[in-house]
Amino acid sequence: MLRVSLTVRLTDLPLRQPAYVDLIDWSVLSPSEGQRLREFGLCEGASVEALHRGGIFGRGPIACKVGRMTIAMRRSHAAAVTVRTGPDSLDQDRAA
Amino acid sequence: MSALPLVALVGNPNAGKSALFNALTGARQKLGNYPGVTVERKAGRLSLSDGRPIELVDLPGTYSLDPGSPDEQVTRDVVMGKQVGEKRPDALVIVVDAANLDNHLRFALELIALGLPTIVALNMVDLATRDGLELDAATLSRELGVPVIATVAVRKRGLDHLREALGDMLGEGRAVRAAAPDRDFDALRAEARRIARAGIVRETPSRRLTAAVDRVALHPVFGLMLLLALLFVMFQAVYAWSEAPIAMIEGVAEAAASTVRDTLPDGIIRSFLVDGVINGVGSVVVFLPQILILFFFILMLEATGYMVRAAFLMDGIMARVGLSGRAFIPLLSSFACAIPGIMATRTIADPRDRLTTILIAPLMTCSARLPVYAVIIGAFIPARDVLPGVGLQGFVLFCLYVAGIVGAMLVALILRMTVTKGASGGFLMEMPKYQWPRAQDILLGLWQRAMTFLKRAGTIIFASTVILWLLLTFPKVPDGSPVSQVDYSVAGRIANGLTVVLEPIGFNRDISLALIPAMAAREVAVSALATVYSIDAGDDEALLEKSLGDRLKDQWPLPTALAFLAWFIFAPQCISTIAVTRRETNGWKWPMFMVGYLFALAYVAAGVTYWTATAAGL
Repeated sequence: MLRVSLTVRLTDLPLRQPAYVDLIDWSVLSPSEGQRLREFGLCEGASVEALHRGGIFGRGPIACKVGRMTIAMRRSHAAAVTVRTGPDSLDQDRAA
Repeated sequence: MSALPLVALVGNPNAGKSALFNALTGARQKLGNYPGVTVERKAGRLSLSDGRPIELVDLPGTYSLDPGSPDEQVTRDVVMGKQVGEKRPDALVIVVDAANLDNHLRFALELIALGLPTIVALNMVDLATRDGLELDAATLSRELGVPVIATVAVRKRGLDHLREALGDMLGEGRAVRAAAPDRDFDALRAEARRIARAGIVRETPSRRLTAAVDRVALHPVFGLMLLLALLFVMFQAVYAWSEAPIAMIEGVAEAAASTVRDTLPDGIIRSFLVDGVINGVGSVVVFLPQILILFFFILMLEATGYMVRAAFLMDGIMARVGLSGRAFIPLLSSFACAIPGIMATRTIADPRDRLTTILIAPLMTCSARLPVYAVIIGAFIPARDVLPGVGLQGFVLFCLYVAGIVGAMLVALILRMTVTKGASGGFLMEMPKYQWPRAQDILLGLWQRAMTFLKRAGTIIFASTVILWLLLTFPKVPDGSPVSQVDYSVAGRIANGLTVVLEPIGFNRDISLALIPAMAAREVAVSALATVYSIDAGDDEALLEKSLGDRLKDQWPLPTALAFLAWFIFAPQCISTIAVTRRETNGWKWPMFMVGYLFALAYVAAGVTYWTATAAGL
């Protein structure tokens, strides 16, 4: 079966397009920020969906759904998260 | 320490823990502090279904037993039995949000592993159902190995079940299980996920009310307009809704004063009661309705979940002055009072972000300034509409708030470039679902705020007013002296000395007099002015009949009144704020710095206002 999937940074993910977390560059985050993100359920394999972008001039934070929770984070942090979109994303989520 | 069995309510933030706590304990709550830390301890008494009383303590919400802030440290220490001044709980009630089990069960597993008798309250099941989620409590209970009870804070049935289960648990004298070995984060997460999946009976696509509202509320343009509109309505309401209750309180105070005047002979005691107690304290108590209206809005914004949205909207702007959107929440609370505001900065992880937020918190217009603003605006700003439905008085009040905010942003910017220099922290927040708050929770919050305010009026404000009355009454001016009683008194002499410094910015002797006791608390300025004019009037019936506003209007030029308003945007006059800043920053350095820069700003702002207004011929 042909597997079509794309990886983009969470900052570039179109709004309301379901995806799952492919990779997180923990080195960009401080240890406490990393821990908080994990506590929010953001980790490799988690389902994620960008919901809202704040800021009039595109500098505000973004709100995204992680699992059943909505969290807000700055773009600098969201840029550390690479997500995968595509038809097999949901299967991957279950497997994780 | 009470001998009652102690049960701790513990769980993630936004699991509906406080609403459940309020529903279980009602108004029988005791607020205190844990020794050595400024974390609030909330405890209440609860009767089990068989009538046995237990003590329930509401621990600060946290995401894990790995603390990230002082609040979370307390939760960890209490459940581990390491918190000074608190015995280890006899049982835990873990509160989880039914709609967010994946996440909340991970922390629940961590807590269950401690081995204490435990019940899981599957909370907010109504909201989960709204989101198309159906859960099976029995399956969850089997998987977790502890009782699981579905609860909704507003419904009695779940609460009764919870009480029964607690009774069973505490009655059996159930031995503490051995603590389970520590498991790492990922293992707990995987286990939580597995149990959550097992407990879900049906999951249908939901209506997603929150996402729909957020499309507007978090919109870069409409969201910001909505936020400004909400704040504007809030400040208009402070005036519009308070007229009738204020008139009522004034009526009672006047009646009390005239009763005392009629029954007691002229003399020291009558002067003390009328000038000191009734006019002094009464002139502050009269602002209770306005303070409660303000708190009502802030409690509503918090309880509905909108406050976090406001933080989200503001993060972009806050980032420009080197702060995080998270700072917006303590700052908005500071509109009610800087003390809870400064205490709320504990949720800011970055120390420099936190210090900057503490230092600018007193610039947010707190409710203690309302009496001062209200009396001056009422006396000097005409009550007419600038636009249909928009009163000039409310508009001026709004401008004063905006001036405080703009001042705070500029100060933050300068602080971040100088004393709190360094990389700024981040912004990471959970955004809870929107919720319609329970009337009981809001009323309870208002009741607690009203009691705090009245206690202040009865102690600190009463004491400062009485001391001022003493200083104004003695020494007695000799008969036939051309000097007035106020000028002859100790307070008058001090004030006349201060006037040298304050005259250039348009302040008269009466203001100098009011500013000294107002060091204790800002609203004392009003009671002090009331006492000064009450003593000044002596036996002049016509003057005594006049309200404080009318007296001010007769005696102060407009530029002086405006300068007085400008002074109070910045002046650091509140001993409690200085004390809480000392406690939160562990020393005198930062509170002293804060007092210094605020006085300097207040002086300059009042001066510029006075000179500009005078030059403009006002």
